[in-house]
Amino acid sequence: MTEPFFQVDGLNTWFFTRQGMVKSVRDISFDLTRGEVLGIVGESGSGKSVTGMSIMGQIDEPGRIVSGSITLNGEELTTLDFEEMRRYRGRRIAMIFQNPLMTLNPLMRVRDQMYEAIGAHEDGSRRKMHDRCIEALKAVGIPSPEERFNAYPHEMSGGMRQRVVIAIALLLGPDLIIADEPTTALDVTIQAQIIYQIRRQIDERGLGMIWITHDLSTLSELADRIMVMYAGAMMEIGTTQEIIGSARHPYTRKLLDSVPSRNTPGEKLKQIPGNMPSLLALGKGCPFASRCERATEICGEPVPATQLSGTHRIWCYHPFED
Amino acid sequence: MNEMIFEAKGLSRSFTVGGSPIREFANHFLRDRQPTVLRAVDNVSLTLREGETLGVVGESGCGKSTLARMIAGILPASSGERCFRGEAYDSFLARKRDALKIQMVFQDPLSSLNPRLRVGEIVGEAAVLHRLVPRSKAKDYVVDILARVGLPADSINRYPHQFSGGQRQRVGIARALAVKPHMLICDEAVAALDVSVQAQIINLLMDIKRDSGLAMIFISHDLGVIRHLCDRVAVMYLGRIVELAETKQLFASPTHPYTRMLLDGMPKISLQRRRFMPIQGEIPSPLHPPLGCHFHPRCQIATEHCSRVRPELRQIAPGHVHACLNIECRSALGEM
Repeated sequence: MTEPFFQVDGLNTWFFTRQGMVKSVRDISFDLTRGEVLGIVGESGSGKSVTGMSIMGQIDEPGRIVSGSITLNGEELTTLDFEEMRRYRGRRIAMIFQNPLMTLNPLMRVRDQMYEAIGAHEDGSRRKMHDRCIEALKAVGIPSPEERFNAYPHEMSGGMRQRVVIAIALLLGPDLIIADEPTTALDVTIQAQIIYQIRRQIDERGLGMIWITHDLSTLSELADRIMVMYAGAMMEIGTTQEIIGSARHPYTRKLLDSVPSRNTPGEKLKQIPGNMPSLLALGKGCPFASRCERATEICGEPVPATQLSGTHRIWCYHPFED
Repeated sequence: MNEMIFEAKGLSRSFTVGGSPIREFANHFLRDRQPTVLRAVDNVSLTLREGETLGVVGESGCGKSTLARMIAGILPASSGERCFRGEAYDSFLARKRDALKIQMVFQDPLSSLNPRLRVGEIVGEAAVLHRLVPRSKAKDYVVDILARVGLPADSINRYPHQFSGGQRQRVGIARALAVKPHMLICDEAVAALDVSVQAQIINLLMDIKRDSGLAMIFISHDLGVIRHLCDRVAVMYLGRIVELAETKQLFASPTHPYTRMLLDGMPKISLQRRRFMPIQGEIPSPLHPPLGCHFHPRCQIATEHCSRVRPELRQIAPGHVHACLNIECRSALGEM
């Protein structure tokens, strides 16, 4: 087992809104080793995207990182000022978003956007840059890369655009890529292709990846480890085998059970009753307690982590037995 | 077997791309500049029986939403025929009352519900206007319908933006049910929802189907949802149906290479890591679809023949049709 190169410890990101304090991310801790994909799964409002943005140092007013540390190769990121952080973004940490049309500049050719990305961090001749760009485009499976290199984003399909975004993310050889729902808007056949290519790049280059999604089935095929979030808090973290194969947290179980392909066709799906609580009105206890069948009085108290195995951690007073 | 409620015979819809009036005028004189025609739906025939749920599945741009709109009577057809209970209709404008019999639920409830009306008005308006209920009893009627979709009675005075995504979709369903439809078309109705909320809405649709025997056409790109909810499934590719079969049959033994590819690409919750190379290639532009079988450039078993001849739908088992020229399709795929 290699040493983790990236660590998040006790991260709290809160938003100070007029309605009150929204504790979007509460006490999140995890680490990542090279060549590993960590999946963060949760429903909307679970804080998974805010976690990603916190790592990128992209939390704007009225939000801020209240406490916790984020370290990359031993260097603390939360204390960096804007200019220092900017040198990290794109170079050491890259991010991929759901909608490539919003990431890419519609008025610039792919070529110029790639040159710009390199130029922001290092000097070099166009000739050298050109070869690097073409190589990056090839790596993500873009056919006839020379042609695409000179195209505008609108001339490409959604899948091609997302590949270009991934190629740009890979350009500067980052240590960590954060992907926020990168394949959610794509068709299944295209999604399968992109997941295949991303997995290959991660294995070849030995970079770490955080894959944020609401889709457990994609994660079961891609991720090495999975972290389950609910209402801003961690519920369970473990290897894909541990989460998909033997989830112990009631929420993880419910989430898995509500996926149609895990139910008998034609029968009613096992749904989770109720809705996610408002992040404004969270108590100190387990946020899932109000929807949980196993909840008792003690669930209103702060939930400590229970280490089930070297990799499997859970926050629950009444976990399922194996 | 139940009676037929809906039938489409050779339904087609084309759109002229970039066809502004000036352009059309110019085309009139410059005959060599043909406007580009997009065949969104190309000669589609299907049937729906009372109480049945038919799924239509396909990737973006395959024409499934255009098909839904034509069936709902919102969009005129370019050619072909639509029949509701044996009676042909083109657009419902002539007989407004009949228009109520086919209702639609859309993907994004926020853009399909009037943001300036209260839920009570959204749900009750059409029913009152068409005299399905007297105005004096409208409130009780709406509360009743809201209860059916699992919304509390006090939602009647709230606006769409005051609801969560799942609740809004419930309002959308309530609006459709309020005019006592005989047929419901759901166009990606659960696509934008979280997994747990999606499960709630799917269960609601199943309850409605069981209680009222409503016939449904369920359009989705999500094979898992389709498999769960539908009795029969039609697979579309670039405007054409390539395979249609009972859900069980289709998922157990898909015969068309495209269906096979879709099922392979479908993410499954399993611990077996996918190690094979997924099939390459993208959907060609619907503006310039490949000749012959639309799928042949991506197909592993395509022959030269496939690039010339358009495959017709053929019956290969009772209730199971597909459009593939390769007769030995099944065995050829088996060897893949």
